[in-house]
Amino acid sequence: MTTQPSYLDYTGNGTGLKAWLTSTDHKRVGLLYLYSMISFFLVAVGIGVVMRLVQLYPFQHLVKAQTYNALFTLHGVIMIFLFVVPGLPAIFGNFFLPILIGAKDVAFPRLNLASWYFFMAGAILAILSLFTGGGAPDTGWTFYAPFSLKTGTNISLAVFGAFVLGFSSMLTGINFIVTIHRLRAPGMTFFRMPLMAWALYSTSWIQLLATPILAITLVLVILERFFGIGIFDPAKGGDPLLYQHLFWIYSHPAVYIMILPGMGAISEILPTFCKRPIFGYKAIAFSSMSIAGVGSLVWAHHMFTSGMSEFANMVFSLLTMIVAVPSAIKVFNWVSTLYKGSIDFQPPLLFALTFIFLFCIGGLTGVMQGALAINVHIHDTYFIVGHFHYVMFGGTGFALFAALLYWFPKMFGKMYSKRAIYASWLPLFVGFNMLYFGMLILGMMGMPRRYYVHLPQFHWMHVFATVGSWLLVLGLLMYFGTLLYAIFRGKKADANPWGGVSLEWTIPSPPPLENFETIPTITTGPYHFAEEEK
Amino acid sequence: MTHVHRDDFGSRLGMWLFLVTEMVLFGGLFIAYSAMRHRYPMEFHHAGAELNAVLGITNTVVLLTSSLTVVLSIVAIQRNERSRAIGFLSTTLGLGFVFLIIKGFEWAAKFHHGLYPNSAHLATLPPGEQVFFGLYFSMTGLHGVHVIAGMGVLAWVLGMVVKGTVNADKYVHLENAGLYWHLVDVIWIFLLPLFYLAA
Repeated sequence: MTTQPSYLDYTGNGTGLKAWLTSTDHKRVGLLYLYSMISFFLVAVGIGVVMRLVQLYPFQHLVKAQTYNALFTLHGVIMIFLFVVPGLPAIFGNFFLPILIGAKDVAFPRLNLASWYFFMAGAILAILSLFTGGGAPDTGWTFYAPFSLKTGTNISLAVFGAFVLGFSSMLTGINFIVTIHRLRAPGMTFFRMPLMAWALYSTSWIQLLATPILAITLVLVILERFFGIGIFDPAKGGDPLLYQHLFWIYSHPAVYIMILPGMGAISEILPTFCKRPIFGYKAIAFSSMSIAGVGSLVWAHHMFTSGMSEFANMVFSLLTMIVAVPSAIKVFNWVSTLYKGSIDFQPPLLFALTFIFLFCIGGLTGVMQGALAINVHIHDTYFIVGHFHYVMFGGTGFALFAALLYWFPKMFGKMYSKRAIYASWLPLFVGFNMLYFGMLILGMMGMPRRYYVHLPQFHWMHVFATVGSWLLVLGLLMYFGTLLYAIFRGKKADANPWGGVSLEWTIPSPPPLENFETIPTITTGPYHFAEEEK
Repeated sequence: MTHVHRDDFGSRLGMWLFLVTEMVLFGGLFIAYSAMRHRYPMEFHHAGAELNAVLGITNTVVLLTSSLTVVLSIVAIQRNERSRAIGFLSTTLGLGFVFLIIKGFEWAAKFHHGLYPNSAHLATLPPGEQVFFGLYFSMTGLHGVHVIAGMGVLAWVLGMVVKGTVNADKYVHLENAGLYWHLVDVIWIFLLPLFYLAA
């Protein structure tokens, strides 16, 4: 047994809040992200619930139309920039990447802590923008020109907040790439890395290559608002479509920043609960990289109705279909991993399977939108909203829930009540599908997104979706309540409660300060279960 | 933290990756530039003639020389010649100032002629020329910010050389600052033909 204190008990740099705010330990930084992000997430959920209420007749005048615009902007900005994009890499990447590859910390621990401060600074700027200047931004999270250039609301500060958040994301990406290249344990070749590490590696490259484009686009918006440089302004020879291109050159790859680490976490969970190696390890690893590659070339499928040339439309439609291939490869591999495995049905597996189910709906509706003819019909409708919630929330969100359930005993050294988690799953799953499948149907019927009011024929479906949102919130409260209770009152967890074989399960729960007593030497692949030895 | 971890190769790798992000940052502007130049070739040609190519080329020489002196300071520190390293680094900083001063005169002249974003005079020019100057001020302005940031980093490293924390044994900070300065230089080398030699 180790003689080192666990990272939670370590008092070398003081105690209390200060010790946490100055700790460069990757595990503590991971928890800082966890707590801050879950808080932002719950705030944005609250905003979402208010938006759903507005679509019920008795509550129609709960907020004013302008406030409604601010609410969906805020909901989007918080969810995208403060939760879904940084979510899995910042929380589980920070906490587990060094452990998974057998390192004591990330390559640049101080930079890592600085990234968290950038994250919080960006968040605070975004929050300040609500209460200062011309009032809360009302453009939607996409800040489309020319409206974002002309509206009187406080866009500049919000956009600057997003710029700072981008910095945090980029620096984390750099940190992870260097960590993976330089700090793998002896014998840990690239193809012996757990798939989570592969997913984080491809994610980091997208963060590195895409985020600066967002940064410069946002800088141009600020310059335009202050100095009128005219690059997006047709009156001065500029072009608002250029804004859309630049914005989506970042923001579409960002979708893969959101989903890839989730896929990585699922690839960790499935082998552990099937007690067999993942099916098609290399195919999954390469599909991560090819999603990162092809996914960077599909951005203009957000702009099919914007008046681009027919030829450009066709090219981007084709590329969009192609990116579905590596995603499907992953799904088939996951399902094949289950086949003939000795399945141990535990809460993380339940959530992982839910992820696969919801992600399939999200992914397939995405392919539908990639088809030009359908796209014209459903562009800017609730169908889009339903689709990306299936991917972002059903995909990334549920992957994050699954990952949290999987690694919770390791992170906190406590076990939660499995029955309470099963109980929370039911309202989560039912509510989720009522809400977002309802949106898919509404979109097909023609309900446009971002509208404050709707026509009577849409009302019954809005009621259905809104009731779903209540169930969803109930499930979320049960889920987080269970985990919160477990942090304080949970039973002590073993070092390896699930029978996993990757490196994090070889060390105590919670991990000691420097993770490993001695750096391990790796001789096998990551999912080497004893029963499978040939 | 209790463990001392040193990996100069890793630090340089991190710096190179950061430079990649800087390249992409300017890449967004280069995309905007190419789209607009494709749309308004004649206007760009015409507006480019307003810029002073002699000053642009002078500034190129100034920046290239300053990159050379950074390299020389790294060589000097490797040979443990601290005072020479300090001298070369200070020269780099000085040349950075010269660059900014020349740039300042250029901008001032443009403002004097009413060629600045949102000016009444600019609004009378054809749209293509307005965009040209919008891009000119955005791109050289952002580059100027990078020059200032680079000088800040160099000054910080200069302080470490003076204190002796950057020395013949451990000079990765100086190397990284130098890399950053080279990037500032490289970007300028692209800006020069795109704007000053566009005519």
